[in-house]
Amino acid sequence: MKISVVKNILEANDRIAQENRAIFDEKGLVVFNLMSSPGAGKTSLLEKTIDGLKDHIRMGVIEGDIQSSHDAERIAQKGIPVVQINTGGACHLDGNMIRDTFKDFDFDDLDLLVVENVGNLVCPAEFQVGEDFKVMILSVTEGADKPSKYPLMFHESKVLLINKTDLLPYVDCDIEVIKKEALRINPRMTLFEISCKTGEGLDAWYSWLKETVENRRADLKGK
Amino acid sequence: MHEMSIAQSLIDILKEEMAKHGAGTLRSVRLHIGQLSAIVPDSLSFCFEVMTSDTEMEGAKLIIETIPLKGTCRECRLTFEIKDYTFECPECNSTEIDTIAGQNLSIVEMEVE
Ligand SMILES: [Zn+2]
Repeated sequence: MKISVVKNILEANDRIAQENRAIFDEKGLVVFNLMSSPGAGKTSLLEKTIDGLKDHIRMGVIEGDIQSSHDAERIAQKGIPVVQINTGGACHLDGNMIRDTFKDFDFDDLDLLVVENVGNLVCPAEFQVGEDFKVMILSVTEGADKPSKYPLMFHESKVLLINKTDLLPYVDCDIEVIKKEALRINPRMTLFEISCKTGEGLDAWYSWLKETVENRRADLKGK
Repeated sequence: MHEMSIAQSLIDILKEEMAKHGAGTLRSVRLHIGQLSAIVPDSLSFCFEVMTSDTEMEGAKLIIETIPLKGTCRECRLTFEIKDYTFECPECNSTEIDTIAGQNLSIVEMEVE
């Protein structure tokens, strides 16, 4: 017997993500999902961003890792709320894992929650966690072929931070090609060229993030 | 390997559908996988096979069709195949494109006994 069933395979996760999102919205909390390859600089970016915006935005972080809690400790040293999720081998965070952290936060004391996803360019793109938007980091050492190799993540991300621009003189990489490729796959993407090492370009990212969080919170309050 | 999680979600849905229809054996499942999705069909088939062994789904065939990416231009309303992930209208060069196919993962049909 043939049965026709038109169903989204990810519907269970999508539903939980929507429920998470409703809770974030109700609390006036802005949430972004931060993704990159391993070593592209997610934790360094967060450390810088926490310092850069500490007088303006109350930030919390969910740290997704396959095993260690090393990154969570780095964030905790900044004195902001951080909750570690060990995925136990899974290559991405999902809606359920995020929901399990809610008891460890007081959302009334936060403006922005950053979900630092597990480091890879494939799996996290497929699983919503309830975020308002996705941000990805690509370091110049990774090469300009990444956008066409991982189109889903580039297509789904609102922001691309091209990191480690201090290494440009030493690597065979044309940053203009990266930008062109990323915009071909996602013409609405907002791009920043940054170096977490020298601090170059970070101010523009901070201003963008501050404004985005403020506008979104104003929208949510208006509802 | 997020195909493991995808296979688990798939199995959960299939289980529910089989129970609903009082089916004891699963023969095959037809899936539509969008071109833009980050799924490797062979990995998904492999995970599914491993995870369904010794269950009522053992031996079921996964028939996976890849659905090409398609978009509609908001400016000139042209519907076209988005080639090489270039989200730009081939007619008017607008980049205001709504994706209408090729991004989802869906079950479309199952054969049971
Ligand atoms: Zn057009």
